[in-house]
Amino acid sequence: MCLAVPMQVKRVEGHDAVVEQAGAALNIRTDLLDEVAAGDYVLVHAGYAIQRVDEDEARETLALLRMFGIDTQTGQTTDATG
Amino acid sequence: MRLVDEFRDAEAVAGLREAIARRLSRPAKIMEVCGTHTMAIARAGVRQLLPPTVSLISGPGCPVCVTAQGEIDAFLALGECPGVVLASFGDMLRVPGSTGSLETLKARGTETRVVYSPMDAVRLAAASPEKEVVFFGIGFETTVPTVAAALLEACRLGLRNFSVLSAHKRVPPALAALATDPELAVDGFLLPGHVSVILGLEPYRFLAEQHQIPCAIAGFEVTDILEGILHLVTQIADGRAALANQYPRVVRPEGNPTARALMERVFTPTDAVWRGIGPIAASGLALRPEFAPWDARQKFALDWDRFANVPEPPACRCGDILKGIASPHDCPLFGRGCTPARPIGPCMVSSEGTCAAYYRYQIG
Repeated sequence: MCLAVPMQVKRVEGHDAVVEQAGAALNIRTDLLDEVAAGDYVLVHAGYAIQRVDEDEARETLALLRMFGIDTQTGQTTDATG
Repeated sequence: MRLVDEFRDAEAVAGLREAIARRLSRPAKIMEVCGTHTMAIARAGVRQLLPPTVSLISGPGCPVCVTAQGEIDAFLALGECPGVVLASFGDMLRVPGSTGSLETLKARGTETRVVYSPMDAVRLAAASPEKEVVFFGIGFETTVPTVAAALLEACRLGLRNFSVLSAHKRVPPALAALATDPELAVDGFLLPGHVSVILGLEPYRFLAEQHQIPCAIAGFEVTDILEGILHLVTQIADGRAALANQYPRVVRPEGNPTARALMERVFTPTDAVWRGIGPIAASGLALRPEFAPWDARQKFALDWDRFANVPEPPACRCGDILKGIASPHDCPLFGRGCTPARPIGPCMVSSEGTCAAYYRYQIG
């Protein structure tokens, strides 16, 4: 039930916004975020944006994952978890 | 960037899988608290990716599953009041109350609407002034702010034909109850990513600090889940307990303060009964008195006490399954009397329920 999906904001008007995911447009509300702008990625749950996705953090996680991928190919050990 | 497919990379999955296997020599039990994790783990076949030392058990984090029988009965009883339209998330449609479900009520002529958003229920009320729209408020802190925002919008619009029956639940009090349950033997908690989007890190700190239970907040793609598990097995192997945030792209340390402020403006903690588990202090949410005109419990003159202690189906072991003490295979009803087509217990009826996931993906 706590399913939430990242979607890109296309338009904002007051507390209403249009987001797009995989080519489909959806009307959502932005009451739970202070500032939302076109182009932002937001996490959508039950018709509301519940958080802005931090793209820098997403890139960092992906970079870490790529290291795990490279490890499998080279057989090297990575201690990325601290 | 689409922020979804990138987190399903096959090579990263293989790397994480090896790292988990290397890290742990002794057996460890990890509880995934959240029902959305249960589903994602079953669908992605995460159990098959893990070494035999790591076992995953499902926790009480499916809101449909923990909604008390009496709460469902009360919502269904509201459907008998004149002019009422019952609006609910689709998850609740087939969940059996004592005498039927939303679906069977609909077949008998009660007006019901499945909505994707609580705001859809507000829009329905605005478009049908002759009807009384009652929305069934179920879900954890992920969902509660959306219901609070929709209710405040109904207030702003001056809609008097919209109300909420709150059966919302709070995750941290349930975790506290689990952490102090002597029957429970878990070595780590995989914490719910989207509840944490709202709550942030603070409400979980006691698990590591007071109860020495390793914790990791994780997202829902396969690499997110494996990263969370890797963090937990690392802590377990090192003999330490900390709270790790493995989902920083949406979980900020402070959570979402705007969403929490709306939630706290509309709702106040109250004692609640978790199906299968029993009463947990301050684990539910009631509407604040100033929102009485939009509170179904204040608005409709039902015999509310009648719904306080409704017994659960006998022989059903959902309670033990929700606490991670029993597996679905330990239940005499699993796959026999109780199937997704004819569910008896809530763990089978909800698509996120442990029994439904075990049945559908033939686990164990």
